[in-house]
Amino acid sequence: MTTMTDPPKASFQLSMLIYDTRYRSYTFQFIALLLLMLLIGYLGKNLVENLAAQGQNISFGFLSDPSGYDINQRPIEYDSQSSHMRAAVVGVLNTLIVAFLGCITATLFGVTAGILRLSPNWLVRKLMAIYVEAFRNVPVLIWILIIFTVMSASLPSPNQFRGESAEASMVLDAFAFTNRGVYVPSPIWGPGSSVVVLAFLASIIGVFAYRRYATKLLYDTGRLLPMGWPSLAILFVPTILIFFIMGQPISLDYPALQGFNFVGGLHIRGSLIALWFALAIYTGAFIAENVRAGIQAVSKGQTEAAASLGLRPGRIMKLVILPQALRVIIPPLISQYLNLTKNSSLAIAVGYMDVTGTLGGITLNQTGRAIECVLLLMLFYLTISLSISAVMNVYNNSIKLKER
Amino acid sequence: MPHDQISFVRKHMLPEAPPPATETGAVKWLRENLFSSPANTLLTLVSIFVVFNIASASAPWFLNGVWDSPSIAACREILDGRVGGCFAVLSERWNQLLFGFKYPVELYWRPGLAFVLLFVAGAPVLFGKIFPRKMLFFTGLYPFIAYWLIWGGSIMVPIFALLGVVVGAVVYSRVVTISAGVAVIAGFVAALIFWIASGYISRPMADVMALQAVPSRDMGGFMINLMLGVVCVSLSLPLGILLALGRQSRMPIIKWICVVFIEFIRGVPLITLLFVANVVLAYFLPPNVTFDLILRVIIMITMFSSAYIAEVIRGGLAALPRGQYEAANSLGLDYAQSMQLIILPQALKISIPGIVNVAVGLFKDTTLVSVISMFDIVGMIRGPILASMEWKGVYWELFGFACILFFITCYGISQYSQWLERQLRTDHR
Repeated sequence: MTTMTDPPKASFQLSMLIYDTRYRSYTFQFIALLLLMLLIGYLGKNLVENLAAQGQNISFGFLSDPSGYDINQRPIEYDSQSSHMRAAVVGVLNTLIVAFLGCITATLFGVTAGILRLSPNWLVRKLMAIYVEAFRNVPVLIWILIIFTVMSASLPSPNQFRGESAEASMVLDAFAFTNRGVYVPSPIWGPGSSVVVLAFLASIIGVFAYRRYATKLLYDTGRLLPMGWPSLAILFVPTILIFFIMGQPISLDYPALQGFNFVGGLHIRGSLIALWFALAIYTGAFIAENVRAGIQAVSKGQTEAAASLGLRPGRIMKLVILPQALRVIIPPLISQYLNLTKNSSLAIAVGYMDVTGTLGGITLNQTGRAIECVLLLMLFYLTISLSISAVMNVYNNSIKLKER
Repeated sequence: MPHDQISFVRKHMLPEAPPPATETGAVKWLRENLFSSPANTLLTLVSIFVVFNIASASAPWFLNGVWDSPSIAACREILDGRVGGCFAVLSERWNQLLFGFKYPVELYWRPGLAFVLLFVAGAPVLFGKIFPRKMLFFTGLYPFIAYWLIWGGSIMVPIFALLGVVVGAVVYSRVVTISAGVAVIAGFVAALIFWIASGYISRPMADVMALQAVPSRDMGGFMINLMLGVVCVSLSLPLGILLALGRQSRMPIIKWICVVFIEFIRGVPLITLLFVANVVLAYFLPPNVTFDLILRVIIMITMFSSAYIAEVIRGGLAALPRGQYEAANSLGLDYAQSMQLIILPQALKISIPGIVNVAVGLFKDTTLVSVISMFDIVGMIRGPILASMEWKGVYWELFGFACILFFITCYGISQYSQWLERQLRTDHR
């Protein structure tokens, strides 16, 4: 006698699409897909009708037409006869320049402020808290505009550097801060300068090799080699020697007042400085909080354990705290870099010609090809974001705690 | 001589000696907090030097400030060569900074009243324990009242909008016993049908209890920042929750729709989305249909912030222990019930700091609309005020004012979130 029977196999009924949880998910997905396709179809139909009504079409042919406008900061050859495509590339390079400079400076500000916020010094701690709160709670656009105002309205014009009793003077005879931008000396690469550069690159590798050797020696034999001054010596002594042996091939081109303006040297425009500095100081405030949180996330027992092993404070920081804190700090740090890069699109507010200013600004207005320009613009930022987050995922996986 | 007369042991206690001067009071505090080591002393001296320089440079600017003058030229005359701020621009252009330069002056009371009512409506949501729950009824009505006050027009529009929501809610509550998902769709469709039908009724009634209508393009100043901030954050919270649940969903199609949407929005800067609102969105609307620029901007900013909020909430969902999901299932709750009763209350609580960060960031980002030539507070400062003959060159006072407004709002919000976190802490400490 069997009491166990297979459950009755109910034949499929239409109502099961709603009531039976096994099939309900298919219903929902089907509805969602249907709605999505309807939406896309509807938007597409509108797009086609609107374009037809205005006699336009979607085409990227305009990218090869001459752009007809000038860009004041050109990392590569460009003039008003170049194509819109080239203008966009110049914009992309300008974006990358300001993002790169901004990230480095923001890290400097952020790490300094984050460590000083944990300082035993009450005054410094409070000052850094004020810095962080003041900059985090005010829009970055306002900071960009404020610093741009400082650069353009508060600095002397090149005219004021003229004459015996000039109102303004150059700092160290090398740096001129004017309302048209900052002029700094630029290097002149003479013949043989490549040897010096190569020597410098070789010494950087040498420093790493030395440090590796010292660590290996420490682990193998327990003998401790000094790290600080030999590294510095390896870094600079050979390069300086070769610099003089080759007959000083690298010299500096100083800016000098000529006519109504400065010539020579490197001209950094006020818009670049405003954008760079504002982004750096604003993102720095966020990084400071990340750094502080990361250091505080390492439990106090770690410090005490390291101290009881007899490590000195500097080594405790370097060998015990930092490796654990970095695991917490680096992921948010990278997303701050990403934010900085995206915020650099605010360049358009101060006339810095980044990709938003060229492709999304002047090119868009001149050609009227709004859809294509905005699409390309989004694709550019999307590529940067997705590639950075891909790198971050790899990194996150590599530092994941290897737990048993 | 008896031994006991020569005593080497003290017979009575000495009074407590005062601690050394360096170990008490202000001296100790100074020594420990400011001068504990040579490096610290140096830091302290440098800080004092910096603070002193900033204070001595800005103090006369504040103290000599001129609060009453018609233009910057008159202001400079009053100052007569002394250093001083020209704060008169704030008192003279106060209304423009807050309401924009086109909003009718005699109607300022309307957005002002809406602003005050915002606190009444927000109080029971933000401080649930202090204010009675009945006030939530007013919170529900507030969006419609605020719309009517700010934009004006017939009262029928917000009333029918409200009735549509009621119809949708009724249908939802009838159908929810069958399936929550179906009920959401049914309620939405019912509300939509009601709104479309009511459009025909309300058109002839355009003059019923009509306030003077103000078009969106006449709005400006800090009002726009507040409006965009409040509207977009409140709209993007439910959207963000839906997106986060969709991303966690086991249905692949729904999951991928949400993932693509979230990653796309998070990958592009807000400015490009505002460009879309400004120049591209019109291509995707039916011919002859035009949206307000403000409405288009609200749509894009809401999409932007809902993607960020979705990521924050997803973090909260992922942080919950698996046991919570399993416990909800073992109680026999279905998906909607377990989310509503077990998962979301805990996940949202964990996500509060993140959500507040997004809200503060979003509120700051509302200044970006000045780039697409809307006259929010930054747009007002850069456009009509700094370009006018009277106030050309009054940078610091205006930008400083905008900084203070934003600082007060954002700092206030983040302090509130820390308070809320302490309130919601249910573990025993």
